[in-house]
Parts: sequence; C-alpha cells; structure tokens
Amino acid sequence: MSTPAPLRMTYREACKQAIRTAILGDPRVFLMGEDVARYGGCYAVTKGLAQELGEERIRDTPLSENGYVGAGIGAAIAGMRPIVEIMTVNFSLLALDQIVNSAATIPHMSGGQFAVPLVIRMATGAGLQLAAQHSHSLEGWYAHIPGLKVLAPATIEDARFMLQPALDDPNPVLIFEHIMLYNREGELDPNVTGVDIVSAKIRRPGRHVTILSYGGMVFKALEAAASLYEEGIEAEVIDLRVLRPLDMTTILQSVVRTRRVVIVDEGWKSGSLSAEIAARISEDAFFDLDAPIRRVCSREVPMPYAAHLEKAALPQVATIIATARALVKPG
Amino acid sequence: MTDKVHLDHAHIRHLLTAMLRIRRFEEKSFELYQSEKIRGFMHLYDGEEAVSVGVISALQPEDAIVGTYREHGQALARGIGMDVLMAELYGKQEGCCRGRGGSMHVFDRTTRFYGGNAIVGGGLPLAVGSAMGDKMLGRTAVTACFFGDGAVDEGSFHESMNLAALWKLPVLFVCENNLYAMGMALERAEAETRIALKAAGYRVASEAVDGMNVVAVEVAAKRAIAEIRQTNQPFLLECRTYRFRAHSMFDAQLYRSKQEIETWRAKDPVVQLQSWLEDTGLLHADEIGQIEAEIAAEVDAAVAFAEAGTWEPTEDLERFVTMDRVPQ
Repeated sequence: MSTPAPLRMTYREACKQAIRTAILGDPRVFLMGEDVARYGGCYAVTKGLAQELGEERIRDTPLSENGYVGAGIGAAIAGMRPIVEIMTVNFSLLALDQIVNSAATIPHMSGGQFAVPLVIRMATGAGLQLAAQHSHSLEGWYAHIPGLKVLAPATIEDARFMLQPALDDPNPVLIFEHIMLYNREGELDPNVTGVDIVSAKIRRPGRHVTILSYGGMVFKALEAAASLYEEGIEAEVIDLRVLRPLDMTTILQSVVRTRRVVIVDEGWKSGSLSAEIAARISEDAFFDLDAPIRRVCSREVPMPYAAHLEKAALPQVATIIATARALVKPG
Repeated sequence: MTDKVHLDHAHIRHLLTAMLRIRRFEEKSFELYQSEKIRGFMHLYDGEEAVSVGVISALQPEDAIVGTYREHGQALARGIGMDVLMAELYGKQEGCCRGRGGSMHVFDRTTRFYGGNAIVGGGLPLAVGSAMGDKMLGRTAVTACFFGDGAVDEGSFHESMNLAALWKLPVLFVCENNLYAMGMALERAEAETRIALKAAGYRVASEAVDGMNVVAVEVAAKRAIAEIRQTNQPFLLECRTYRFRAHSMFDAQLYRSKQEIETWRAKDPVVQLQSWLEDTGLLHADEIGQIEAEIAAEVDAAVAFAEAGTWEPTEDLERFVTMDRVPQ
C-alpha cells in the first residue's frame, strides 16, 4: 500500500480548511468577525469562504468587539457553536468584559446549568512593525482566567486540527494564531486526521536543557536548538500548545530529565505565563534542577515601530542560544 | 398571537398576585439581610414590580430572558420558584444556582432565564446572541432583555441595539428607567434623557410607557412583541419607574430627597392596581386578603426551605469551572 503524499500548505490555509470543514460538518457552526466575509479576513484566513458558505455562516460584524463577542456567548448558550474571530488580540481588550465576566463565569456561576461552547480565534504577536497597539502577546492574561481554555497552535497540523476539538469542547476556547506564522509553509501528514487540545508536545528531543515555548516562539526555539546541537548541546524543545490548562506532566517529565530550563515567551516577564510556568517548576521540581530557571521574553516596553527597535524588543534566536548555553556550560 | 390584554378576573388576579409576591419576597429579603441570613450585594425591586410582571406576562414559555442584578422580581415573574430563589440568596446548594450566584446571578435553565448579570450593560450582547441563536435554529422565540437606565451609558447598549437591528433579531429591549444609575441621576448622566428616543438612531421602534402601571406595561409589551414578530426587528420599551428602596443595602441615599421618594410612592404600582380593583369591584377585599395569606404562606415556606437547605461541600468548589458536557 502506498503512503499518500504529504500535503504542503501554509498555516493560513490550514486555518481556513479547519474553519471550512467545521462549518460544513455542523449546521450549528458559523463564524463571525470584522471583515471576515467580503474583505476575506484581515490576515486573509477566510478569503473566499463567504462566497462558498454564505454570509450567514461567514458573517461580517461591525466594529463592536464587546457586542459581537457577547452575541457569540448568547448564541452558544442558545444552542449554536459560534466561532468568533477578533482581528487581533489588541482589539480583544474591547471585549474583555464579555470574555472574562460572561463566558468564563456563566457555567460555574449558574451552578452548571449552562455551558458556553464557544471558540474565539484571534491573531497575536509582533514582527510586522505594527507598533505598540498591534503587537501584543496577551495570551498569558487569558490563561490567568478559570473557565477559559487557551490554545496556541504553532504547527500546520495544529492550525488545521485544533479547531474541531475546540468546537467539540463544552467550554469557551480561545485560539491564538501568531501573525508571523500565517505565511509559514509546512507539510501535513495525510494520515493525521486530528489532534488533542490537552497535551504539550516535544518538537525536538534533547537531554541537556529543556526549552519551553509556544506559538511563534516555537520556531525560534527550534532554530536555537539546531544551532546548539552543533556545539554539542542537545536541547529539548517543547511546544506548550495548550496554555490553559497547562500540561505540567509533559513539562515536568522533561525538566526532570534535562535538569535545566529556558522558557521562551513573547509576552512580557512581569506577571506572565512564563512566570507561572517557572513558579510551578520551582514548586514541583526544585530539587531536580541543576541550574536556575531562565526566561527569554520580550523587553518591557510598548512595541516600537522601527524595525531595529522591534527586533531588540523581541526574543531572538541568539539570546535563546546564549541563555541555554550558559545553563549547560556555565562560566 | 394576540396583542390584546383581557382584563378578566383570572388575569387581574394573576397581575396582582405576581406583583404582591415580589413585594412580599423583597420585604422578607430585606429583613433577612438585616439578620445576616443574606450577605453580599443585594438590590431590591420594590416599586418596579409592574415592569417585570407586565413584560413577562406578555411572554411565551419558549421565550428567553436576560435579567439585571436587580432581578429577584424578573425571576419570580418568570416562574422561578420562590423557594429555590430564597435558597440561592442564602447561598445554599438547594438554590437555583447551588448558592454560587447569590442575589445578583440568578439563572434558570428550564425557563430560559439567562442571568442575573452584575456588570451594568453586560446582558445586552448576550440577549442579541440568544435571539441570533434562536433565529438561526429556526425558532420563533423572542428574547426579552432587561436593563436599567445606567446601562444606556454603556457602549454595550449602543452596540447591541445596532447589532439587533442590523441582523433583524427578535429582541425586546426593556429599559427599567428608575432615574438613577446607583446614585447617578439620569439627567446628570445623559444629554438626552428620553431613552426611548435613542432607538431612532438605530432604526429601532420604541415606546415609553408608565412603568408604575402594570396594565399599561403589559399592553405595551404585547404590542411590542407583536411588532417584533411582524417586522423581524427588535423593539425598545422604556418603562419609567422608580425604586422605593436604596440602591443596595449599603446606600444612604444622599443623592435624592425624601420628598421625591414620597412623590413616587404615591404612584406605587401595587397600591394603584389594588385600589383600582377595589374601586371597580373587580376584586373584593376578601379575595385580596386571601391572596395575601397565600403569599405569606409561600414566603414562609421559602424561608423554611432555605433554612433547611444545606451548604455545598467545599470539595465541589471547582465543579463546573469547566464543563464536561453541554447540558441539554
């Protein structure tokens, strides 16, 4: 029996196929957001879908983030399975009330009478010189909130397959798509037809140091690991994939083996996801560590426009390499 | 469906009973708060009974409701049991939300009562979504969305009015305009205080009605719902009303005069209806006495139910933070 050839596609195309399949597969699923229909999506993820699926299933909304996110929650409670697209994480701040005060609370607050089976997708991250108001990585904020599930697909496979289990989940699930990944091409194994939204994945095994990352940072971590290998340092790269709830089992198993950790997070350090992961490792694997936990994060500044400043503010491969090297070969 | 209100004996009795149940429930809740059986924030509905009773009398069982944080009246008018509501105020697990929600977060699946929402204006987008879901699923239900005049200051009011009109959604927006957003007087908060007029900016039909007159509210609500069904457009009903008690249990009411309160008390919706019924002989004093006795017994039973209730084990604290299925 011949093996089917791998499918080559962009991350953007994978996101689009996921949406299309989900809508075709369930009459309750629809997508709404700003400029998703006639414009085709700010990052062109939904281009052409409205023509195929109709403007009720791919619905343009006015610029009313709090309004249409709340409408998504209400529609989910009424029996639909909405996918709400927020153009960028920056605009999601205008919908924080509905996400945090409604979607995250209603199941618990109602004593389990209502679930909120809703998916909210949004673009996140920096790298296109979009400056301070369009470059945030605030997924760590959302990962702070009980009641939400937070996903960060980094690979083509996850971009293609995380949406369906997110829609099948009875809880509000936030999916963060890093803007620098949309054009990235990769191969989709035709034998893979689904993924879980529970576990972290080892993207590159190694035994000297664990590099924890997610989203856009996974590829920087992998690049750093490839370079470190040339120096004889075998770094294990873990793609967190699920930011809430964290798969601490996979993280701790790796840490116990490598005894050294670098956390790479595009968010700021203060009060962050990287801080939370470091704290949990300290709580549960302190005596297994041979070195302090290190973090490579964005510099604590609003993101500047100028390319050289943006680059200086973001975690870079060279910093990851230097940080990991210093842990493995101190002095 | 008819938009007429038949003021026959049974219906009049229903309207009076429904309002009196709320009044007596709130009086008891006040008392129980003083004796520290109820804690947290509690907002009483005395004075506003005609609004929820009038509107909800015009709804069908399949319709949905989104309430406010001053929602004991909305919940009782919708048919949520007085016993489970009182148990909720006690924080007991026999409460309608197992004691997780308390006074401000009453939910009930069986009557499609989607909260109880303590974020002013927070319910309006949810109502848009509920109506959107119903429409997409081919149901004919209407969603009635209660909110106060304070919510009109919020962006969510304007976003929701626009979305509902744009998408032709069956939402009955019901503004309980009691003239104060906590202590903020309407004329100090809004450049245009005639809330019903704001609907025109969204091409939404609207009407302002005397919210102290239950029959007027019910007639207006029936008319509005008939229009929603006919036009597939939302409707804004502004009910001009007044709360007789303080905003919450921590309010010294420095922002309004005793005289103003007395002026409004003279328009008491319960007293108004009761006097009219007695004057016209539609309901005899004996029968009203009988209704009062039944309600007193119901309130006593609700308190006994709440007293006998149990505390949810702390082991269950994290239950329902995330759900393992969508309840059907």
